[in-house]
Amino acid sequence: MIPASFDYVAPTTVEEALAALAQYGDEAKIIAGGQSLLPVLRMRLNAPEWVIDLGRIDSLKGVRDEGDSILVGAMTRHCDVATDPLVAEHAALVARATATVADEQVRHRGTFGGALAHADPAGDLGAPALALDAEFVIAGPAGERVVPGAEFFQGLFETAVSEDELLIGVRIPKHTGWTAHYEKFVRVAHQWPICAVGATLKVSGGVIEGAAIGLTNMGSTPLRAAGVEQALVGQHATEEVVRSAAALAADGADPPSDLNGDADYRRHLVTVLTRRAITKALGG
Amino acid sequence: MTAVDARPEQATEIGRDRRRKEDARLITGRTRWTDNINLPGMLHLAMVRSPFAHARITGIDTSAAEESEGVVTVLAAKDFDESLGVCINAWPITPDQKTPAHPPVAVDRVTFAGEIVAVVAARSAAAARDAAEMVEVDYEELPAVVSLEEAVKDEVLAHPDLGTNKSALWVFDSAQAGTGGNVDEAIASAKSDGIVIERTYRQQRLIPAFMEPRSVVCDPTGEQITVWSATQIPHILRFAFAATTGVPESKIRVIAPDVGGGFGGKLQQTPEEMIVFAIARRLGKPVKYTETRSESLLAAHHGRDQIQKLTLSATRDGQVTGLKVELDANLGAYVAIVGGGVPVLGAFMFNAIYKFPAYQFNCQTVFTNTTWTDAYRGAGRPEATYAIERLMDELAAEVGVDPLEIREKNWITHEEFPFTTIAGLTYDSGNYEAATANAKEMFGYDELRAEQQQRRADNDPVQLGIGISTFTEMCGLAPSRVLGSLDYGAGGWEHAQVRLTPTGKVEVITGASAHGQGHETAFSQIVADRLGVAFEDVEVLHGDTQIAAKGYDTYGSRSLVVGGEALVRAADKVLEKAKPIAAHLLEASVDDMEFTGGRWTVRGTDQGMSIGELSTAVFAAHNLPDGVEANLDSEATFDPENFNFPHGTHLCAMEVDTETGQVKMRKYVCCDDIGNIINPLIVAGQVHGGLVQGIAQALWEDAVYDDAGTLVSGSFVDYLLPTAADTISFDIDHTTSPATTNTLGTKGVGEAGTIASTPAVVNAIVDALRPLGVHDVTMPCTPERVWRAINEGSAGGETTGAAAAHFDPSTGMSGNVDRTEGDVQ
Repeated sequence: MIPASFDYVAPTTVEEALAALAQYGDEAKIIAGGQSLLPVLRMRLNAPEWVIDLGRIDSLKGVRDEGDSILVGAMTRHCDVATDPLVAEHAALVARATATVADEQVRHRGTFGGALAHADPAGDLGAPALALDAEFVIAGPAGERVVPGAEFFQGLFETAVSEDELLIGVRIPKHTGWTAHYEKFVRVAHQWPICAVGATLKVSGGVIEGAAIGLTNMGSTPLRAAGVEQALVGQHATEEVVRSAAALAADGADPPSDLNGDADYRRHLVTVLTRRAITKALGG
Repeated sequence: MTAVDARPEQATEIGRDRRRKEDARLITGRTRWTDNINLPGMLHLAMVRSPFAHARITGIDTSAAEESEGVVTVLAAKDFDESLGVCINAWPITPDQKTPAHPPVAVDRVTFAGEIVAVVAARSAAAARDAAEMVEVDYEELPAVVSLEEAVKDEVLAHPDLGTNKSALWVFDSAQAGTGGNVDEAIASAKSDGIVIERTYRQQRLIPAFMEPRSVVCDPTGEQITVWSATQIPHILRFAFAATTGVPESKIRVIAPDVGGGFGGKLQQTPEEMIVFAIARRLGKPVKYTETRSESLLAAHHGRDQIQKLTLSATRDGQVTGLKVELDANLGAYVAIVGGGVPVLGAFMFNAIYKFPAYQFNCQTVFTNTTWTDAYRGAGRPEATYAIERLMDELAAEVGVDPLEIREKNWITHEEFPFTTIAGLTYDSGNYEAATANAKEMFGYDELRAEQQQRRADNDPVQLGIGISTFTEMCGLAPSRVLGSLDYGAGGWEHAQVRLTPTGKVEVITGASAHGQGHETAFSQIVADRLGVAFEDVEVLHGDTQIAAKGYDTYGSRSLVVGGEALVRAADKVLEKAKPIAAHLLEASVDDMEFTGGRWTVRGTDQGMSIGELSTAVFAAHNLPDGVEANLDSEATFDPENFNFPHGTHLCAMEVDTETGQVKMRKYVCCDDIGNIINPLIVAGQVHGGLVQGIAQALWEDAVYDDAGTLVSGSFVDYLLPTAADTISFDIDHTTSPATTNTLGTKGVGEAGTIASTPAVVNAIVDALRPLGVHDVTMPCTPERVWRAINEGSAGGETTGAAAAHFDPSTGMSGNVDRTEGDVQ
């Protein structure tokens, strides 16, 4: 498991990183936590000339309070996101989902931005980010731009980040007081989810005032179960409401068929997991 | 006075849960694994492997690779002569077995994806790997036969020149053998007035997945050519080098240094070993090859892969009357060293602990264009145990009684030992009633059955199932005469030597080469008790043909029951040699000497000498009796007269989520009878690890090929190995029916957990779902299969031959973040 040889550069600022990207372009790959890139290099599925390591850019690490939202730096490690008090208070679904990523070792290396930019539809963070209306902050030669989740995820392993750009952070509108649960379905603990559902809800006086439901590995990108959300909002949080809303979870989904399960099984599975995610988010 | 003299009279080491001597170095890695070995001027190899399952090689261009930096040479089959040797099949199961030649490097045709077509030798492993990607091989693809079901049709041939995919048909028939009646008559009779259960079970293909990938180093620069290999079988490997390369055996030294697991996966003479040996000799320099994990999954031998067609007949009240087994076993592309013999080892175990009056076993071994298969923990016996234990549950359901009751009705009772079975084996000892009673008690059997009833009554979405496996197995391979009668190409004895040093320490040499089992600890305990020396004063040496010159290595749960008995006999010879010397030094008559408390003493006096004192006296040799050699060292070779038959009762409770198909282990209890126990801690480790490996076959592991013959589960992303996070705490206990065929009364435990646990788990899942009309779930019992079994009435269907997309170069690397073009090779 020896990668092909490559040159390595470790900038300390975003500007330096962008300059390196501009210089090496097609020949380069960006490494954040390396949890997806390193296996690819070691299996020689890819052999870049240059690896640009973002690990020394301190400004990309940590979570900031920005008033109506929080900003999670792209290079914040999963273990730090999962235990961050701002994330716990204002984006509980992200905290829940991040705590389930792979295993302890991966969570101590892998990063929030790296995982989202990799855009594996089976990754655990895309669906929660999408459900929480996160905005993706992208830096490029012309400065920063902000892209909503629906535009960020463009396809299987494809995002709105273009060749000369970097994802530097993710801005998540505060969902203070929303309860959350991430229901992940795996065969062995360290596996990518066969399917997962993130649900976060705002309930007042027994009535669901807000609902955001994200689906993992049910298509080539993370998905939002808009039909389920609409069926919940304004309703009393009863078992029957939850059950009939969850039955809509597979609408518009296009899940894969692989050795962990065929598409029809996943379409069924997602309805069960959605019901359970909502029920658990409601405290059931 | 030495510390030895202070030891109490009784045996104190055997039965003690000593922590393993070898663990500190094994766990911290401060030891010498093969890949750690670096020699002056050493070259490194990388293999060029076929991406196609079946293809003609029409050209190999090595020119670019040869010019790559650090490359010494690039070799294809045409560049080797016959000194390369061949990979041997040591067990042709029938005289007319079809056995294609197995060259270490494919000559003009590749027969599975992963077969070696060329080799690069370079000054570093990285340079070799870089250059391997520059070797251009032209292939003309041929039709590939991948599945066992297709292969038996003989429409597409794995080896067209053989004219068939069928290698050998091996049959045992109790009527012909004179051990019992005619099975077809038994089945016909049951069809008119009884019960006939017909089932087809699949033993999926598994990958041994040992922790240390295979590695081999060869140093040809000394008078003896020295080979280090991460192998289970240094002695057999040395024989294979000599037998197939023309190098005299006396010029070859093979060392298996510390080896990180094998599970049968390193019971092999590999192409890679032959290639390293040949290239080192050719270049006159040390050479090393260490496989990558991907190569290990792809090209190290696989295990299992059988389809079992089973017919069991019984009376209406559930007394078994006959069992017929029609087995297709997938060999892969070649007949490996034991290859076709693995399913034949199962032939004697389908009848298990039950008193079948008629039995027939038919095993057809079959070629496919897949990785070759061979031994994997249990080797033939897990497959047999699975089949019979699943069938006994089906019979119980048919009769309408508890599955424990149907077993009790049919098993051999403890008064009936020794018992000669329908397969012709004589079980020496056992007590199935006692083990089962103990397991039931530990399990809380009746309470769990009550909970199961409650969940059924409540229509609970999570149903509870209870699975039973009352297994036995044959291990302690093996009586040489029996092996001979089965046309196996070697024997089954084991050798041991006990040496005394001048300072009174003991060196034990065993031919059973450990690869993680804990021989150093267990063997030290045996010798400490036998000779009355301290545990710490015993050093166990093994795995080097220069030190342990004779042996048959470690597999088939043989080390303790065969190698341990050889050791006992060698130690006893030491005592016998010491006796006249002690009498002479103590000025007593030999007839007055007795060995008690670790000392030779003069009966009726307090005079005595320890073995340590005697070995010092023998070293000086100043005062020995006339005609007595100055040497206490002794050796012994033990050939068992019979196999060894551990048994046990395993009980498993599984919760099955009927909405998702997800299964969850609730409780696992086992009571194994492995005779007397040398070290309970080591036994617990073997049982725990064995259970997890067997549970993994039931639930997780599956080597899946796509239709083209590409291994889809080619990494641990898609080949699901469990971790501690996926298991529960097991409750284990023992009953003790000592073996009567070795002095220590021990039985093998290395494979027991793996053999027993698989059917216990699947029986539990099926038991949970039986009221829903389910009577089988194909292994591995994935959530999808369980869900389909519930909803579609099938056993769950085929696994889709497609990997998850995480590392797919055509997708994973094409996005905007990962920009460079994916495919280098």
